[in-house]
Amino acid sequence: MTKQNIVIINYEAGNIQSVKYALERLGVSAEISNCEATIKHADKVIFPGVGEAAWAMNALKKNGLDKLIPQLKQPVLGVCLGMQLMCASSEEGNTKGLDIFPVETLKFPAEDKVPHMGWNQLNQLNGDLFKGIKNNDFVYFVHSYYVPVNKYTTSETNYIRPFSASLQKDNFYACQFHPEKSGDIGQEILSNFINL
Amino acid sequence: MLAKRIIPCLDIKDGRTVKGINFVDLKDAGDPVELAKAYAEKGADELVFLDITATHEKRKTLLDMVGKVAQVLNIPFTVGGGISSSEDVAQVLKAGADKIAINSSAVRNPELITELANRFGSQCVVLAVDARETEKGWEVYLNGGRIPTGIMLFDWLKEAEKRGAGEILFTSMNHDGTKNGFANEALAEISQMINIPLIASGGAGNMQDFADTFVNGKADAALAASVFHYKEIEIHELKQFLKEKNIPVRL
Repeated sequence: MTKQNIVIINYEAGNIQSVKYALERLGVSAEISNCEATIKHADKVIFPGVGEAAWAMNALKKNGLDKLIPQLKQPVLGVCLGMQLMCASSEEGNTKGLDIFPVETLKFPAEDKVPHMGWNQLNQLNGDLFKGIKNNDFVYFVHSYYVPVNKYTTSETNYIRPFSASLQKDNFYACQFHPEKSGDIGQEILSNFINL
Repeated sequence: MLAKRIIPCLDIKDGRTVKGINFVDLKDAGDPVELAKAYAEKGADELVFLDITATHEKRKTLLDMVGKVAQVLNIPFTVGGGISSSEDVAQVLKAGADKIAINSSAVRNPELITELANRFGSQCVVLAVDARETEKGWEVYLNGGRIPTGIMLFDWLKEAEKRGAGEILFTSMNHDGTKNGFANEALAEISQMINIPLIASGGAGNMQDFADTFVNGKADAALAASVFHYKEIEIHELKQFLKEKNIPVRL
């Protein structure tokens, strides 16, 4: 693996350390930063997130990151809440998102337990992130809101209904599951992102 | 399909695993980091670390351990034991844990659940509860089942859900250590009553016990300690067994 400058966006939202450790297990070191110049000059950017959407969006705005992220030209990977914030809006706190993916994030109906928590299967795999990954491979999810299947969907998972397990548009990649917590499969997906 | 989870639980004292754990292939079975890694490789879906030191001087030792586990472990893990404030939680999560479990501190101060859910999100707040079935019904106990509270289990779990707990870890004191199976009747009732995931704990003796708690107890996950530590049940074999019974598992 060539030496890369990978930046994890820091906006005080959750599992940032876990993402850094997962990259270290792949032999890649990453910088955690909320500095505009650092993020702009990275080879790859990871946009993690755990927590509440409206709160997280405000945290992004405080650092001007809401303007910066949609303009990035290098590969960007949104994870979990990061992916949801990359959409147009979320039902969580009626939050307006970054609108990179012009789709809505909705709340799971209470037809089954919410949050959707645990290991579930990927299907309809499509695109570079899933090289070497097979249909029905398991990854780890924890979320109460979901992005419906749409034209940017690159993999699907079924819980209550089929939803987007991942999205892609141009240089923007996103996954609803946590690759950093998804065992060997997750490591492979992260490695595919690093190797883009 | 969402898989039923198998969760080994490790008791930690002064940063070391306790109970003579029978992992012959490990150089140091008392090292939680090595043990965690071994369990992940064997197919565990998550791990729970229960700190039984829980004195304030030893907190740093625990945080060091959490950090080291987070570096090597590529599956989620929960840390419980002695967590009684938002500040405790912030430290444990910052060190790299995915979830925290609270038990006695939540019973003494139910507002803590609300506070943690609002600050860190429900997804990382596991409400652990020890309960015993008596003539009055299922009653919540504190301190590992030694102190009765007079609080009824089902009321408590409904309140915990309402306050924002993201998951319930229920240990039946009637079943814990018996190896006669989980408290499936109570589990099924809880699982239908609440709309958040439920982890069954206490009573695992053989592989059929796990199948029963997923089918009859309607549990979303099952936690056990000694059957895994003493290798009475191998996780991979257990998952094969469950799969043959058409229970969804991650293999």
